[in-house]
Formats: sequence, structure tokens, C-alpha cells
Amino acid sequence: MGTAVSIVDVVKRFGALTALAGVSLEIAEGEFFGLLGPNGAGKTTLISCLAGLVRPDSGTLSVLGRDVGRDYREARRLLGVVPQELVFDPFFSVRETLRIQSGYFGLRHNDDWIDEILHNLDLTGKAAVNMRRLSGGMKRRVLVAQALVHKPPVIVLDEPTAGVDVELRQGLWQFIRRLNGEGHTVILTTHYLEEAEALCGRIALMKQGGVIALDTTANLMAAHPGGSLEDVFVQAMNR
Amino acid sequence: MISFWTLFYKELLRFWKVSFQTIAAPVLTALLYLLIFGHVLDEHVRVLGIRYTAFLVPGLVMMQVLQNAFANSSSSLIQSKVTGSIVFVLLPPISYGAFFAAYVLAAAARGLMVGLGVLVVTAWFAPLQIEAPLWILAFALCGGAVMGALGVIAGIWAEKFDQLAAFQNFLIMPLTMLSGVFYSIHSLPEFWQRVSHYNPVFYMIDGFRYGFFGVSDVAPQNSLAVVVASFVAVSSLTLWLLKRGWKLRA
Ligand SMILES: Nc1ncnc2c1ncn2[C@@H]1O[C@H](COP(=O)(O)OP(=O)(O)OP(=O)(O)O)[C@@H](O)[C@H]1O
Ligand SMILES: [Mg+2]
Repeated sequence: MGTAVSIVDVVKRFGALTALAGVSLEIAEGEFFGLLGPNGAGKTTLISCLAGLVRPDSGTLSVLGRDVGRDYREARRLLGVVPQELVFDPFFSVRETLRIQSGYFGLRHNDDWIDEILHNLDLTGKAAVNMRRLSGGMKRRVLVAQALVHKPPVIVLDEPTAGVDVELRQGLWQFIRRLNGEGHTVILTTHYLEEAEALCGRIALMKQGGVIALDTTANLMAAHPGGSLEDVFVQAMNR
Repeated sequence: MISFWTLFYKELLRFWKVSFQTIAAPVLTALLYLLIFGHVLDEHVRVLGIRYTAFLVPGLVMMQVLQNAFANSSSSLIQSKVTGSIVFVLLPPISYGAFFAAYVLAAAARGLMVGLGVLVVTAWFAPLQIEAPLWILAFALCGGAVMGALGVIAGIWAEKFDQLAAFQNFLIMPLTMLSGVFYSIHSLPEFWQRVSHYNPVFYMIDGFRYGFFGVSDVAPQNSLAVVVASFVAVSSLTLWLLKRGWKLRA
């Protein structure tokens, strides 16, 4: 298995605040990887650096060997990001939104795949509805759909289940697991630790811009016989 | 290429879906100017040997072309920045050249549509004369493109709607209003005539008007040279800023 994502010594400061204090991570192709940590730990900043939304002060990041700065177009083609913020373009319907997003990635006749995504995210009935009229959870599903239009080999989900009901969560994870099973690498941040425990093969714990623990979920759990990932998390944070 | 066409199409769709505000409203504004100024001045004023109402029409058309081209790219960008939906164009592999071209051409398209609307509506009130249609088209397109590119800069620079409004009210409006929309600069005192020659918008309006009447303050090829030079300057700056990710990528 090759390397899906390589992050080397990434530093990012916002004024006096150091959001990323030299982060290095290597994520293999096909992994289901968890990026956990308290609010403000730097998870979103790290993802933004990977997506080219934020430029690191130093360090390098690459997606499947493509440097996100130098080969930015190739790197972005390989990456699908579900942003944490619930954003949408109020001018368009769900289907228009997904067709436009496909076009941005250079895809013209993408309706078969769009239909499949809509089906899997239980959005088929909403395809013709304007984005403005969707509930918060529905908008979140569309955000997930938008990240998947170009079948990215590396999928990054920044708290995709915040504000989403139980049923969809199940449906979403079934879909993402399937994609992971088909070879897509998945990187997930979430504050629902049971979710991470159930899904992620390997987990990085972040705190104050640094990685403070990095291991397989099984190894992390082994340190707390009979405990949950929450116990591991709490102990790591208080160390 | 597909990403360019998609972004261009999306920008067209964006203003088309709210065409009441983006096209009908500026057409009405221009018509009001024509009715009021035309009514008051038509009897008394001739400019370049032309009746005032007829003289005014091309100026109003071009003013709306320019202002709406600027409004289109700038408001689209600030809106998507404020709502956060700008990520949808920042995440995909859209080159900065395609990004630039899509926003600028869509802005020019909106300008041309509004301009055409003004022309059609005002034709009821003043006889329309067209001497050189190619000059008309060239100036409308180049002028719209300059303003579309300026709108890209303003939309990226502004962090709030009121900053954009300031840019519009203190730069774009004076530049267009003081460029000879309502008068020939020959009617100005010497000093202000010379000042007008430093305003690129003056050449846009003057050259545009040449296409209608075949007369102008400055030879149209000279005006076009100034307008094209302005476009090269503004778009080089815009492309450089986009390439650096200025204010878009933290
Ligand atoms: N654009 C920005 N300007 C200034 N500071 C920022 C910016 N983006 C993030 N920060 C700061 O960087 C730090 C890391 O933020 P980040 O959003 O990466 O955290 P996070 O781990 O994703 O948190 P959460 O779990 O709340 O989403 C925070 O202190 C935040 O305030
Ligand atoms: Mg975050």
C-alpha cells in the first residue's frame, strides 16, 4: 500500500497563535483514519492546509505523492473535503449544486454517480429542492455529497455528523465504509468518540497544534483494559 | 476547460436567477435618468451638435454596462466569502486563470445585458442612431471586462459588505459619473478637461459614444488603446493576486 497523505513538519501561525506546531503524519492508502482532539486543537487547520485553503508557514503536505502547493491541481483532484462549517450556495437546487461541483472537477455527464450519491445519502427526494429550503441536517448531507462528486481517492470529513440524525448517521457510515472498502482512504474528525472507535483503524490525538498520540485504535484501547476511547482521550489530554 | 465553463455558467445563472434586481432594476434607473434630464434639458442643450436626449443615451448605456459589470463580480465574490460558500470554488482544481476568466466574462455579460436593456427601453424616447456598431461592441466588451476585473479585486479585498459599498461609492461611482456620461468634456473648464483625460472611464464612454454618432472628443482608436491598456494593467494585477491566493487562502 502506498502513502495516501504525507504531512511533514507543518507549522501554521495565525498572528501570535500557533495553530499547528510542527505536525507530521503519514496515512496509508485505504486507511480509515481518525483525527481527534478538543476544540481548537488544530484539526480543521490541518485539513485546510491539506486542501490548500490555508498555506502553512513551513512544512510540506502531499496527497498521493502530489504536493499541495506545487502540484495543486492534481492534489485537489485527488481530495474530497467535507468542510466543518455548514455552508451552501442559496441560488441552486441540490442537483444543480452537485452538477456544478462536478463541473468544477472537470466532469460533465456525472448524473449516474450523482444519483447514486443522492440515493445513498437519502437525498433523492430532495434533488429538485432549493438549498435554502433544506433543514440543517439535509444541508450537511449535501456537503458530503459535494465532496464525493469526483470520486476522490482520499476523502476528508470534518465533523460530518454534527447535527445529523441517527438514521442518516447510520446510512452515511454505511456508505463511507463501502467507499473505504472499495479502496478510498478516509480521514475523519469527530467529537463522537464511539463513532471514531467503531470506524477508525488508526487514530491521531491532537492537542494545541501537536500530535500527542498516534496508534491503531486497538493499541490505544489496550492501554485501558475494559475502558472506552473516551478514557484514552481524557487521559491523554490530561497528561 | 470544463471547470472554466462551469464556473462561467454558474456565475451567469447566479445573476439570471435574480434578474429582476440585476437587470431590470438598473435598466429602470437609467430610464429615470433619461426621462428627468432629457425632459429638463432636451429643449435647451445640444452636445456635439446632437440633441441632448439622444446624446445622453449612449452615456447611460455605458454607465450601466460598467457599473453592473463591477457589481456582478464584486457582489458574487463577497457574498460567497461572507456565507463561506467560496470553499466550493477553492477546493476544486480550478486554475487561477480560469477563475479570473469566468468571473470577468460573466461580469461583462451582465454588463452587456443591462446595456442592451437600456438601449431597447430608451429607444422609445430618443431616436437611435448607430454609426459604427463594431466600436460600440468593442468598447462595451473591453470596458465591461476592466470593471469585471476591478470587481474581482474589490470582492476579494472587502471583508464586509460596507467595505465593498465604500469601494463602489468612492471610486467606481465618481469615476463613471465624472467621465462624460452627462456632458461632453468640452463644456468643462480647461483644468477639469485635463483631469478627465486621466480617467480611463472617460475613454470608455467617449469611444462608446463614437460608435453611435461618429463624433467624439478623442479619436476612437486612441480611446480603445487606453481601454485595452487599462484592461491589461488591471487583469495583470488581478491574476497576480489570484495566483498568490491573496485574501482567499489564509
Ligand atoms: N483563520 C484563522 N485566523 C485566526 N485564528 C484561527 C484561524 N483559523 C483557526 N484559528 C485558530 O487556530 C486554532 C485551531 O483551530 P482549528 O479550527 O484548527 O481547531 P479544531 O481542532 O478544528 O477545533 P474544533 O474541534 O472546534 O473544530 C484555534 O485556536 C483557532 O482559533
Ligand atoms: Mg474544526
